[in-house]
Amino acid sequence: MRAFYRVLYSDVLLAWRQGSISLVVAFLFIALTLVPFGVGPELALLKRLAPGLLWVVIVLALLLSLDRLFQSDAEDGGFDQLMLSAQPLELLVLAKLIAHYISLIIPLSLVLPLAGLLVNIDIKALWPLILSVLVAGPALCALGAIGSALSVSVRRAGLLTALIVMPLYVPVLLFGANATQTALLGNGTIAFDAIAILAAMSVAAILLAPVAISAALRGLSE
Amino acid sequence: MRIQKTDWLHYYANPHRFMRLAQRLFYPLWVVAILTLLYGLYLSFQAPPDYQQGETVRIMFVHVPAAWMALFGYSFIAFVSILALIFRHPLGHLAARAAAPIGACFTLVALITGALWGQPMWGTWWVWDARLTSVLVLFFIYIGYISLWRAIESPEKASRAAAILAIVGFINVPIIKFSVDWWNTLHQPASVSRFARPAIHPDILYPLLMMGVAFMVLFFALLITRMQVEILNQRARRRLGGGV
Repeated sequence: MRAFYRVLYSDVLLAWRQGSISLVVAFLFIALTLVPFGVGPELALLKRLAPGLLWVVIVLALLLSLDRLFQSDAEDGGFDQLMLSAQPLELLVLAKLIAHYISLIIPLSLVLPLAGLLVNIDIKALWPLILSVLVAGPALCALGAIGSALSVSVRRAGLLTALIVMPLYVPVLLFGANATQTALLGNGTIAFDAIAILAAMSVAAILLAPVAISAALRGLSE
Repeated sequence: MRIQKTDWLHYYANPHRFMRLAQRLFYPLWVVAILTLLYGLYLSFQAPPDYQQGETVRIMFVHVPAAWMALFGYSFIAFVSILALIFRHPLGHLAARAAAPIGACFTLVALITGALWGQPMWGTWWVWDARLTSVLVLFFIYIGYISLWRAIESPEKASRAAAILAIVGFINVPIIKFSVDWWNTLHQPASVSRFARPAIHPDILYPLLMMGVAFMVLFFALLITRMQVEILNQRARRRLGGGV
């Protein structure tokens, strides 16, 4: 178990020190700033689009962060260390997933109130939005990590990873945006059915993804 | 009994033996594919026009079998990928790789004929109908799968990564289908997807099934051709000493 915490701790620390957290947060704001230039500054329109926009931008931000997830470990030999470890690889991969969640999803959800202001989000939809992002986060991280692990032997894999992962994100995005939309229309009621499905997806993804990721990573060293 | 079965499986792991089998199947498959396709097309034009949709209903005879093959193609890829991973069977990877562009083409045909059919029926080329949307996502999954094959240089690494992706995608396809259905019924209830669907008349069902059979045989004819080409390519590459 010590190895598990070690990987978790060092990955979060690395994300913090390398500034990838601030990069993703900055991306969120810049991408949102582009929206009013594209669709016009009408506040009523933005209010209607806000939940969906925020969800799409969060997913894009996550996609951009994916290539760092395994790439640096593959380059500096970190994987060989993980593979040689006495712990099962699946467990260490799980630690990396949790670290990814802590260092990306949580900061993103913390700045959501501020980012929501840019697109005039209804305060009523804010809490359901943050809740849905937090609940869907494990699924987003796990599915993204699968794509990242599969394309780790490709140089400049960013676009390829996005191509692989985006179809897998469709269900999460659907239910996530729907949960927020329901909150917006229904005076802040939380759509528990959508949240429950998101939670189910997260549980399934976090259980199955480490197996797929480990299988992919073992293939690299063969 | 079990040993015999795996023996049969491994008998064709040798590309030479497989090539002999493939050459024996090549002409019969293509002849049957072309004949059934011609007969199916003939039947499709013989079928009576629909009283509501007129002649455009004939698009269905291409559209529906193509959609069947889109799903079949992906299931086939996932199935042989599982076999390839479990038995470490090189032919499984080869079949999966050869099937991917065929399946993607059938998916594209389903999408394009869907748009051509949708234009006169719904007055627009594209609607975010649940079925169309999930077929579109399936097409993207095919594209991602093919791109992964092409991006990884080492064939061993590529085949393993692609097989894992095929299985992950296969688990996801029903989830996508279910969630898109749920999303669509929420957004636009009872407009497009709920055609009052009359029971299919035999006049229409028979050509449809014929085209289905034709597409299925065509799939395997194309598959075996592509697999032969791939094996010949590998041989040529080996003979040229790793070049090409």
